Parts: sequence; C-alpha cells; structure tokens
Amino acid sequence: MKTLYKVPSAITSRDTTYCPGCTHGVAHRIIGELLDEMGLTRQTVIVWPVGCSVFGYYFIGTDALIAAHGRACAMATGVKRTHPESFVLTYQGDGDYASIGIAEAVHAAARGENITTVFINNGNYGMTGGQMAPTTLIGQVTTTSPYGRKPELNGFPLHIPEMLATMDGPAYIARGALDNPQHINQAKNFIRKAFKAQFNRLGYSLVELVSTCPTNWKMTPVEAIERVKKEVLPVFPLGELRTVKGVE
Amino acid sequence: MGEKLLMKGSEAIAEAAIRGGAMAFFGYPITPQNETPEYFSRRMPELGRVFLQAESEVAAINMVYGAACTGTRAITTSSSPGISLMQEGFSYIANTNVPCVVVNAMRGGPGLGDIAPAQADYFQATKGGGHGDYHSIVIAPHTVQEEANLMFDAFELADKYRIMVVVLVDGLLGQMMEPVEFKDWVDVKKFKTPEWATVGQGERANRNILISFDLMAEGLEKMNIVLQDKYAKIRENEVRFEEYKMDDAEYAITAFGTVARIAKTTVELARKEGIKIGLIRPITLYPFPEKIIENRASQVKLFFDTELNEGQMLEDVKLAVNGRKPVYFHGRLGGMVPTAEEILDEFKKHLGG
Repeated sequence: MKTLYKVPSAITSRDTTYCPGCTHGVAHRIIGELLDEMGLTRQTVIVWPVGCSVFGYYFIGTDALIAAHGRACAMATGVKRTHPESFVLTYQGDGDYASIGIAEAVHAAARGENITTVFINNGNYGMTGGQMAPTTLIGQVTTTSPYGRKPELNGFPLHIPEMLATMDGPAYIARGALDNPQHINQAKNFIRKAFKAQFNRLGYSLVELVSTCPTNWKMTPVEAIERVKKEVLPVFPLGELRTVKGVE
Repeated sequence: MGEKLLMKGSEAIAEAAIRGGAMAFFGYPITPQNETPEYFSRRMPELGRVFLQAESEVAAINMVYGAACTGTRAITTSSSPGISLMQEGFSYIANTNVPCVVVNAMRGGPGLGDIAPAQADYFQATKGGGHGDYHSIVIAPHTVQEEANLMFDAFELADKYRIMVVVLVDGLLGQMMEPVEFKDWVDVKKFKTPEWATVGQGERANRNILISFDLMAEGLEKMNIVLQDKYAKIRENEVRFEEYKMDDAEYAITAFGTVARIAKTTVELARKEGIKIGLIRPITLYPFPEKIIENRASQVKLFFDTELNEGQMLEDVKLAVNGRKPVYFHGRLGGMVPTAEEILDEFKKHLGG
C-alpha cells in the first residue's frame, strides 16, 4: 500500500482560524509539506506577523516568534545572525511586509540576509476588516477606499518581487498563486527553491503568494477564486523573477 | 581585574560589554554615541561575534529582540531620539520575557533637540516608555569606571530576570577620558543555549514559542501578573545606591549620573563652608532606592534634588520622602550642565535665615 495523502508532521492537529475560502491554510499546508520533505521542521524558527496569520504557530508546529507589525525580517535577522544553523522563515501579509515593514523587508533583501519570506498578497488588510493595502488594485473597493483605489489619491499597487529582483542581495524571488491545483504545485516548487536558497546559504529568498480574502472581498470562496484569475493575476503575473546559481 | 587603561566612556562601555559577554550588537548611528558602535564594529568581528548596522533604530531593536529570543547576549546603543523609536520593541521585549541590554546616551530634547548631555529621558526609561504596564531595570553610572563595571552587571541582571536592562548615560560620560580597569572576561565558551530559546525544536520534547500576545484577556492578565511578580522581586533584591557623606548630614542632595558627579564637588564646597550636606545617588533608577531616602527623611532637614531635566527623578524622591521633609529642586534644560558652585548657590536659597 502506498500512502497518497497524510497530514505533514509539521502541521498540527488544530483546526485553523481562517475564513472559508481563505488560502492561508493552503499556504501553511505546502510549507508544512516542504519542511517535512526537506527534513527541516526541527531546526526551523518561524517569525509570524501581525495579521490573520498571527496564530500561524497554532498550525505549523515549529519553534515560533511573533514580531511586531512589520518587523519580522529584522527579528528573523537577529535569530539567523546569532544562530546561523537555524532555518528561519518569516510569514507576512501585504500590510505587514509591503507597507509598515517595507524598510526591514528591503534591507533584509539588500543584505542578502539568509532567511526566507513567504509573502501573502490578498490585496487588503484581512484581520483589521479589509482596509486598503499597498497591493490593493486600482479601482478596488475596500473599507478605506470606499470609492475604489484611485491613483491620484492612493498611488499604485506595489510589485514586491519585481522590486526585489532588481537587487543584488536576493538569491531567489518568485510569485505564485493558490487559486488552482496547478498553481499550488507551482507555488510549492517556488517555495522549495526558496528554502534551498537558504539551505545552501545563498542569501535572501521570497515567494509572494497571490491569495484570497473572500470575507473582506464580500465574495463566496468560488467568486474569490474567480476574481484572482480574472482581476488579480493580470496585475500580478506568476513566475520566477530572480534565481542565482546554486538554487537549482 | 587587570591593567588600568585610559579610555573614553563611550569606548569603555563597548569594551566592558564585550568582556561581559555581549555576543551580538545591532545599532544605528546617532550622535553623541557613535564611538560605541564604531568600537563594536572593530572588536566584534575580531572575536567572531556579531556586529550589524541596522537600517534604523526600529530595525535594530527588533534584531536585538530576535537575537534575545535565541538566548544570545545582545545589545544596542543609541541616544534619545533613537531610543524613542525603539519603544515599541522595548514593550514587546518586556512581555516576551527575554534578556537584552540597551545603552541610552541621553541628549537634549524634546524633538531633534541637541547633542549635549541631558537626563530628560528619566521618565521614559524608568516608567516603561512604550505601551503597557512594564519596567526595565535602569542603571545610571557616574564615572567611566562605573560604566565599565555596570556593563558586566547589566548582562547578568538581564539574564537573571530575563528582562531588558537600560544603561542611562550621556554625552559627557561618553566623551570623558578616565583610567579604567575592567573586570575579568566572562568565559563565553561556557554559554549554553537556554531551554526556552527559539532556535529550532531539535531534540526538545516541546517546541518553544516566545510571544508577547494573548488575545484572551484572562490569559493576558496572567502574563501581566508574571511581569509584576518579577518586578516585585527586582524591587526587593536589586536596589543599588551610593551614599556620600550622609552619616552626619543635615541636608541631602539627590542626583544621578553626570549631575551626581558634579554634586559630589558641591558637597565638598558646602562642607568647607561648614554646611553638613551629603549626597544620595541612586545607581538603579528602577528599582528606585526609595527606602534609603525614606530612612534619611528622619535625619535631614531638607532634600535638594538636582537633575539635567525639569524634575523627573524629583517625583520619585518626593514619593519616597512622602511629605515628611521639604524637597527642593534645581535643574538645567536642553543640554545645559550646572557647575558645582551653581548647585551650591541654588541649594543655599532654601536654607532660610
């Protein structure tokens, strides 16, 4: 008999606190699978963010910290510099990473800090009730852009992987999505490479995951997935943006 | 103890921290304490330890926070505006119960202020500073030798209580050159990763989770009670102060740090004039040496508090005296430093006929 499906040992038995149709659970699952497959679970420290995934340590069973809002990359730097043998991840949303934490994020990348970030882009601040984020699309209605995001008022969405790919510090930068099985498998491969970049001490690695937030988008889970396909992926295209030698 | 070296305070702090077991420094440039990180940047790599210039004070304190969560002796140094930026991190560090050391070379404020010596961050340091009910241990040396001694103690206290220890100095104590003799090197080879540290679960039965968070009020109240119990122990066991010529004193000056040093001269000047005055110098500003001040209140006719601020420690002195005797004050603001004679003249105004 061959095991086709089991819960990764890195995933705990707790039910998640996420909304129906939210893709945090899928992101957690593929991280858990990779920690198992790569034998990294017991050397991993995950720095969790402020946001819906603040409870991430309930669900992925590694040593864990929660950073102040936006400070995960700085905190992870403190862990990694003093314990280089630890495998150090930050898991951050778009408000956390791309807005309040952008300085820590960009400088960790510029230093080639040997840590890995899984960056969740769901286009809004989920936990606080759906406010506008740096990744909110032009025209998108949120609780703080009730007339839709207007460039003349709010500027434009930030394309984090494209920004970081212009820098010398990062070893691996990619954007994946979690809207269908093919994309989920692709995203898992991207994260595997990001983990390899850290494992091989090549520098900073980041994978953005285009995600859903049905509750704040005021959509059903199916509608949210449709929106990702039709509206979000054209603005945030998938693929690998930077791969240094040694990652493969 | 070894040979005597002539050193600037700002460099003696770094050397003492290194000999005291600092394994990681994270910081951001700010005057008047740049010699301290510069010294670390030379010495830490020589010893195979971590030096990293952060992109901001906000990042620096969160790097310290991360390092502290691995049980590593970590330090940052800064000056008033930079320390203001770190307050959020201090609050998180407090409720996560991790140890670290922070040096604040206080400068004139508020705002951008100036770079001259000041003590106007007393409230910020001793009353918490960031959000929530918390304290750090706050120590205030008044000579370069004492700076060197207390850096060793700062790391010991931080580890003992898993708490942040703030060393409050100023540009004057940083720029001053004095002979200094360091305590013996702490043997860092004996350092072990503590059981509570987050470095990966490894062979441990349970994973470690270090957070400053509990969404349930019942749980967060318990976390707060743990903190308050810790502070009670610290208040019980870690109070430090110096009394200078207090045995026969009829009057007491209270002062800390740089001003206490000047006030020692004031005591000498006054005694030459036949005025029996002494000095009570808190070394720990938190925990504050309230009992000794309370005790001396039955002996002296009045207290005279002097600081480089508008009267911040004054409030703690008054709480300790509790109305039993008058408490007068003289302070200079914005980086101005009084002379010993000025302090004496101001004191004499309160002697009456």
